[in-house]
Amino acid sequence: MQQIQLFCQVVEEISQIQGVKKVLVAQHDSYKGFLPEELTPLILETQKQFSFTHICAGASAFGKNLLPRVAAKLDVAPISDIVEIKSPDTFVRTIYAGNALSTVKCNEPVKIFTVRGTSFEAAAAGGSAATADVAAPPAAGVSEWLEQNLTKSDRPELTSAKVVVSGGRGLKSGDNFKLLYDLADKMNAAVGASRAAVDAGYVPNDMQVGQTGKIVAPELYIAVGISGAIQHLAGMKDSKTIVAINKDPEAPIFQVADYGLVADLFKVVPEMTAALDK
Amino acid sequence: MSGRVLVGVKRVIDYAVKIRVKPDNTGVVTDGVKHSMNPFCEIAVEEAVKLKEKKLIKEVVAVSCGPQQAQETIRTALAMGADRGIHVEVSGKDYDTLGPLQVSKIMAALAKKEDAQLVILGKQAIDDDCNQTGQMTAALLDWPQGTFASEVAIEGDKVKVVREIDGGLETIRIKTPAVVTADLRLNTPRYATLPNIMKAKKKKIVNMKPADLGVDLTSRLEQLRVDEPPQRQAGVKVETVADLVGKLKETGRI
Repeated sequence: MQQIQLFCQVVEEISQIQGVKKVLVAQHDSYKGFLPEELTPLILETQKQFSFTHICAGASAFGKNLLPRVAAKLDVAPISDIVEIKSPDTFVRTIYAGNALSTVKCNEPVKIFTVRGTSFEAAAAGGSAATADVAAPPAAGVSEWLEQNLTKSDRPELTSAKVVVSGGRGLKSGDNFKLLYDLADKMNAAVGASRAAVDAGYVPNDMQVGQTGKIVAPELYIAVGISGAIQHLAGMKDSKTIVAINKDPEAPIFQVADYGLVADLFKVVPEMTAALDK
Repeated sequence: MSGRVLVGVKRVIDYAVKIRVKPDNTGVVTDGVKHSMNPFCEIAVEEAVKLKEKKLIKEVVAVSCGPQQAQETIRTALAMGADRGIHVEVSGKDYDTLGPLQVSKIMAALAKKEDAQLVILGKQAIDDDCNQTGQMTAALLDWPQGTFASEVAIEGDKVKVVREIDGGLETIRIKTPAVVTADLRLNTPRYATLPNIMKAKKKKIVNMKPADLGVDLTSRLEQLRVDEPPQRQAGVKVETVADLVGKLKETGRI
């Protein structure tokens, strides 16, 4: 029941976005867990009916899982994780962990792409789209969704937070991340981590900021005990203001930081938390 | 399950190399640059070899598409424990425009030819960062897909896959044959030991062309140019926490 309510709420929200003309709604038990084996036939059926020129999704775990499957079925080469649209058939995306930008012209009859959310402004509200039901094709039944374990947190979500505090190997243990949680809570910030901290087992992988983790672009990014490996920079260098706290003055993170503090994090992070109390 | 696993391995610029964009903006400099196996492909190979060690599968076949040097990457997979290799030779202009769609057509054709029960690939390559080949291989074969896997367990004719998703994990169960793509936490790849590297030299690598598999390499994507990303200027060093907090307040960030 609750799920159906949520679902209706999403349909309503989308129909009120400016520029959206029509919302197609398909409901079926087999769509539980958004399995790509089930959703692909639905999208193909819809495509057959409406012949869209573009099919897109966010570059989320959901979009990345689903759209290439749809594209292959249409014999179309999809374009992942675009950061800019030059024209209806030309897109810019990052390659080599953000160390180069590739401009790609797509000569496919249908353009299929996923969009990096942090690179675009959200569409404004103020539309009123019609909704129409579409029939669900028969279930494929080759996959089964069992469960979801989301990391529970009262803090804002990493990719949408205005402030992000991230920790690296300099934190030395998972327990020491408490220093960052305390600081984050003072600023209503999300907490992230470098791949080194994740690999060392300090924190779970869904906290990872970097090319192989989450791409974030908050107003303020505070990197604590993070050296600034290329793959980490790729995940956060579009942040508006970057602060680096590291005891190594040679750490590459200082080359991208607006404000650098060369100091022992175990001393200055609690100081900063205290300073924000005032 | 006692089937065969096909593992894709891609040769990419080594993850530790600093990328340089060519002055004429046609790509990045690859000549004279250290290359190695894509890190996610290493995880895929490790998982396949582990399944074989647990006697859950009988054979691991490593596949790479690319020029002559792709054979080195296959050798690495063989040294890690794969049984034999298939080199699908693609070079020159075809290699320049080789993308996930074409590679997935090759992988799908080989999966059928080799009667694979499982295709394991890395979730993405660290050069083009596409994150597409596994999903597309599954689509072309009409097989289910377990992407971004952090845990794989074979349960009879099904595979249980724990997947890395935004905000946590999810668990799915898919019928085999299936395609699985490896995420970072699936395992820690082993280093090839010297005796195994020696042994790998005797293992067989079959060479073929995409045309032998009936795969057309036409690409309808055109890379117009490659640019350096905008560089950030380093800012200022502050001496104390009070300084830092003051600056952040001044600029309205806190």
